[in-house]
Amino acid sequence: MIKTKIVHRPKLNFWQKLYFPEVFRGVLLTSRHFFKNLILHFFHSFGLFRRIAAAVTIQYPEEFWKLPSRLRTRHRLTKREDGSPRCVACMMCETVCPARCIYIVAEEHPDPNIEKRPKSFDIDLGKCVYCGFCVEACPEDAIRMDTKILDIAAYSRQGMMLDMNELLNPTTFIPRREASRKS
Amino acid sequence: MPTLRVDGKEITVEKGTTIIRAAETLGIAIPYYCYHPGLSVAGNCRMCLVEVEKMPKPQIACHIQCQDGMEVYTQTEKVKKLREHILEFLLVNHPLDCPVCDQAGECKLQDYYMEHGLYDSRLNEKKVKKSAKAVPIGPTIMLDSERCILCSRCVRFTDEITGTGEFGIFNRGDHSEIGIYPGRELNNKYSGNVADICPVGALTDRDFRFKCRVWYLEKTESICPGCARGCNMTIETNLERPHHAHGERVMRLKPRYNSEVNDWWMCDAGRYGYKFIDHDRITEPIQRLDGVVRTMEWNEIVANLLKLFKGILKASKDEIAVFVSPQMTNEELYLAKKLFIKELGLERVFLVSTNPEGDQDDFLIRADKHPNRKGAEWLGFKEDERAIKKVMDDALSGALKGLVMFGQDLISLYPDRNIAEMLTRLSLSVFIGSNHHVTSEQAQFVLPAAAYAEKEGTFTNFLGRVQRIHQALTPLARSKPESEILMLLARRLGFDWAYESQEDVFDGLRRSVPQFQGMSYAKIGKQGVMAE
Repeated sequence: MIKTKIVHRPKLNFWQKLYFPEVFRGVLLTSRHFFKNLILHFFHSFGLFRRIAAAVTIQYPEEFWKLPSRLRTRHRLTKREDGSPRCVACMMCETVCPARCIYIVAEEHPDPNIEKRPKSFDIDLGKCVYCGFCVEACPEDAIRMDTKILDIAAYSRQGMMLDMNELLNPTTFIPRREASRKS
Repeated sequence: MPTLRVDGKEITVEKGTTIIRAAETLGIAIPYYCYHPGLSVAGNCRMCLVEVEKMPKPQIACHIQCQDGMEVYTQTEKVKKLREHILEFLLVNHPLDCPVCDQAGECKLQDYYMEHGLYDSRLNEKKVKKSAKAVPIGPTIMLDSERCILCSRCVRFTDEITGTGEFGIFNRGDHSEIGIYPGRELNNKYSGNVADICPVGALTDRDFRFKCRVWYLEKTESICPGCARGCNMTIETNLERPHHAHGERVMRLKPRYNSEVNDWWMCDAGRYGYKFIDHDRITEPIQRLDGVVRTMEWNEIVANLLKLFKGILKASKDEIAVFVSPQMTNEELYLAKKLFIKELGLERVFLVSTNPEGDQDDFLIRADKHPNRKGAEWLGFKEDERAIKKVMDDALSGALKGLVMFGQDLISLYPDRNIAEMLTRLSLSVFIGSNHHVTSEQAQFVLPAAAYAEKEGTFTNFLGRVQRIHQALTPLARSKPESEILMLLARRLGFDWAYESQEDVFDGLRRSVPQFQGMSYAKIGKQGVMAE
């Protein structure tokens, strides 16, 4: 047996029925929040009154969300102590990648004690699904997804391709102030 | 004929058969490293140990011959433990650099570890480092003695098959390692085979090295077109990941077992003779008329070509010559014969080689560097030097007006004759072939043909064995197989040919040429058939 509860439309009283006072009250409420946040965010940006909370809005280009430390973000290639890539071009990430967005070309390393190295290492971010399998598959800890770069955009498909130099030195990363408030 | 039981299954074998062979016939897989059916028995890897009833110790299955009433057990607890421990020994000094090893994916150490090993390493000591990693020991092979498990297959190969004896095992104990004798180099004509028989990554192919991972490869059974032997082989292609090896499609060729032709082996000339499939190809029909070079659509170029062709044909049938080649498949030669001789009634259709004669030995390599001379001869084509020379003389004097070539580089093949001058005097010169060369640059009409890896068909080797080639790739760019080109020409000339596939063409061939009687694609199968 389904119980039904009938919810009646709230009855308007005299002042509400007049209409204009209610409109005025609404505008007042919105304006109060607007001016309060405007003033508080203004002071916050100078480091004042930070204990008084403003609205949850993050001032995006200047401020940035506090990212969870395990979040998968844009890839990077790690380096050895001498600055050369740790990658040995074993193609494990390329093989495991479900989006097929990794393109590696291997070559012989000039030092015979090191077998193989990548001649080129490209990732097509336009195809990447950020699953993190490449990081899991890597036997050398050569690829990581911890740059915290999330805002990726380009004017062309070619612009979404990252080459080895970009992956080794993630230049588009601009360090930003983390938002004062947690999510 | 001894009768024995392997794991309870009874089998009767020839006298002298080893247990490993008997088990193989029964479908029981016994793991092994040093055993190779084409080489002598060394018995040093100990991986194939099995229990035999009434024998006190486990025996190596690759060496023990079957006796009447033998009871062999390959799956007992003891045998399983043995395999695990042998594998542990073999891997003691193995570097485990699978990610960078070219053998990974087709390595017996990986396969057997997953199947029989799966133990945790107990080794606390340092691994014994062998002298060197990645040493080129010849033009084709790279040696990495660290990965070697000393099965000695390569030593036996160079001792027994090629007889050159470059390999040896040096030093003692756990310092022993495989190597080349001082001052020697591994550069015999069959050196590539040692990379095939090496069960681990110690010997790798320098040509294939780092080009592509083996699990990306697709395999197609085919026949080597390098000489009249017609070695059975597999074309291994990489189409899914074109960024490897700069977009080359064929990655390597591997020999395929055929006891009647090449056993397990293949020569280096054949093995590395695949580069032409992806390099210097003719990609589009080209017309060179009145000094204007144009690439064209197939329909347009065929129309232009046939207009000239019909004009000459109307005047005289003697004024057109056709040079077919022993590189063409039986099917293509049959269609060429049908079109030019039967339907058009041309008399000057000759077989002309595309390659000069080369070296020959008493193992696999034949001097005749064409895969299908025998088939062409069965179809009635003869390489008549005098008639060919006559054609060339007539072309120079103006008595011959049209010439159709199937891939022959006449300028390089006949350097003593003025072919370039001859080609300019012809009012119609047609070149049908796959690759650019000096002669193709001179012809008026250049029709791009598919390479052997891009078509179906059959070749007949010098012994008269008819073998199938399979299509591994789609024809590059706008090239077409010769058979399709011939069918297109026939259709435009008004002949009503109804062939849907190469099998239909073969059917016609079988009916008209006595040597092919009773054959079919199904009967030819993987190993080919001998003509009666």
